[in-house]
Amino acid sequence: MQLAIDVRGLRKQFGRTEVLAGLDLAVPQGSVFALLGPNGAGKTTTINILTTLVAPDAGTAFVAGCDLARAPGEVQQRIALTGQSAAVDEVLTATENLVMMGRLSGLTRRAAKARAVELVHRFDLEAAADRRVGTYSGGMRRRLDLALSLVVGVPVLFLDEPTTGLDTRSRQELWAVIRTLADAGTTVFLTTQYLEEADRLADRIAVLDRGRIAAEGTADELKARVGGDVVELRDADGVLVREIPTDGSVHGLRAVIDELDRASVGGGGVDGVQVSIRRPSLDDVFLAITSGAEASTPELVEAK
Amino acid sequence: MTTATVPASAGATATAPASARRPRLRGVAAERVFIGRSLIHSIRDVEALLMAVVLPTMLMLMFTFIFGNAIDPSGGYVDYVVPGIILLCAGFGAAGTAISVSRDMTTGIIDRIRTMPLRSGAVLTGHVVESLVRNLVATAVVIGVALLVGFSPNATPLEWLAVVGVVALYILAITYLFAAIGLAAASPEAASGYGFILLFLPYLSSAFVPVATMPEWLQWIAENQPITPVIETIRSLLLGTPMGDSAWWAVGWCVLIIVVAAVWGAWLFRRKAGRR
Repeated sequence: MQLAIDVRGLRKQFGRTEVLAGLDLAVPQGSVFALLGPNGAGKTTTINILTTLVAPDAGTAFVAGCDLARAPGEVQQRIALTGQSAAVDEVLTATENLVMMGRLSGLTRRAAKARAVELVHRFDLEAAADRRVGTYSGGMRRRLDLALSLVVGVPVLFLDEPTTGLDTRSRQELWAVIRTLADAGTTVFLTTQYLEEADRLADRIAVLDRGRIAAEGTADELKARVGGDVVELRDADGVLVREIPTDGSVHGLRAVIDELDRASVGGGGVDGVQVSIRRPSLDDVFLAITSGAEASTPELVEAK
Repeated sequence: MTTATVPASAGATATAPASARRPRLRGVAAERVFIGRSLIHSIRDVEALLMAVVLPTMLMLMFTFIFGNAIDPSGGYVDYVVPGIILLCAGFGAAGTAISVSRDMTTGIIDRIRTMPLRSGAVLTGHVVESLVRNLVATAVVIGVALLVGFSPNATPLEWLAVVGVVALYILAITYLFAAIGLAAASPEAASGYGFILLFLPYLSSAFVPVATMPEWLQWIAENQPITPVIETIRSLLLGTPMGDSAWWAVGWCVLIIVVAAVWGAWLFRRKAGRR
């Protein structure tokens, strides 16, 4: 299996704060890889290092087969970054932004214009293509921001919190685009603090906690690590009143029911209480993995 | 299920083969792109453009008709003051560069550019060249208005050419300085504030009143600061006043400022870019 990103023992310190404390990552080509973590876990620092913006203190990193330390220029030829703040020129129009990026990516003026027309169409910005980006909505900016990274079809795409601040619909649109990019062979490395995003989008997920990878695997593997299922109790109105971990055995279930008998659920005994068993969610995984770390009080927002 | 306005195929069809590479840009290709960008910015910023034309006109009229008669009742003040107003306006004009540079540094644009195989400093070159062009236009407006209100230079075409050269050099120097200030400032607002201090320098020179009329301690500052030799050089070229060694001092000061600002700016750029 060829790796698009191969990172060993990456370290970075800012002043006295250790941001990355020996990071290892292996991202297969053509996959979507999500780096999950609370604010301040080192997600953006990781992206900044892998995109040549910041030099690591120690460790090796290969991106698209090129050594980051020895040949950053080679890496730059093969990557694109869509950062956290929309890196679009507000005074220019969408078309002008795209043409500028095309020219900077070595396209001729004509090729850059043709590519801009194509991307404006693909990202549904046609109606606004000749308006200044300053007048765009958040979703439109993000779409343009992503389109700017696709002017040249580079093999590795870095997205730093691509859907933060977007509404549900714009988020789903971006997810669809990212998924199709990966299906077409682009490796997508993204950071996110939305668990649902990682769950829905990523082939593999790594949980970053205090500068280290605390867990890594597919969403299912991570969920399996936490083990037990959860018994959910809902009252007659369907409101969740209690979650009780269980191992899924009959004994376990009986223990839950015994406990129910002892405790009065929802204040009115067990009348109307609905029982269901669910697999652990990524939230459970995340909390289990990063628990005990007061520094990482997750500012996690459910992507609803 | 909401209807996605982006076709699900957007990624696939929008993607050239995922093995494509950005070539390294040769020569000054990146600089050309960024100069184009900055010029578009300049033309679209209607307020700044208006200021660049209105401000010189207002200053010209104010100094000639309000202060002029008090300072020199014979009406010759317009001749004296034109070089000063040229530099004052160039200063105001160049101050905008600090804001543009700061804005680029604080948005994600510079990061994206720095992840590409090109000289990212080209974005600064774009701002500097734009400032040069814009301020030369403003200078032309100043001289145009000056001629209308009675400015009567006696320069030969060659001397005019030299004036353009000196003014351009001064604009470059102050623009580089403002660009570095833009890099040093934490925000565009701060950049604008710091820049304001620089704009007082022309008042402490021979721009508006002869140095000899100032208190002694101020004379020393006025005589030894960079703007005075630049003013005296332009005045000499336009009106035939004695040149002395002003031209050498003017060129020396400007080159020195450009070198210092460029070195400082390059250092700031390396240090600041990428950290937000």
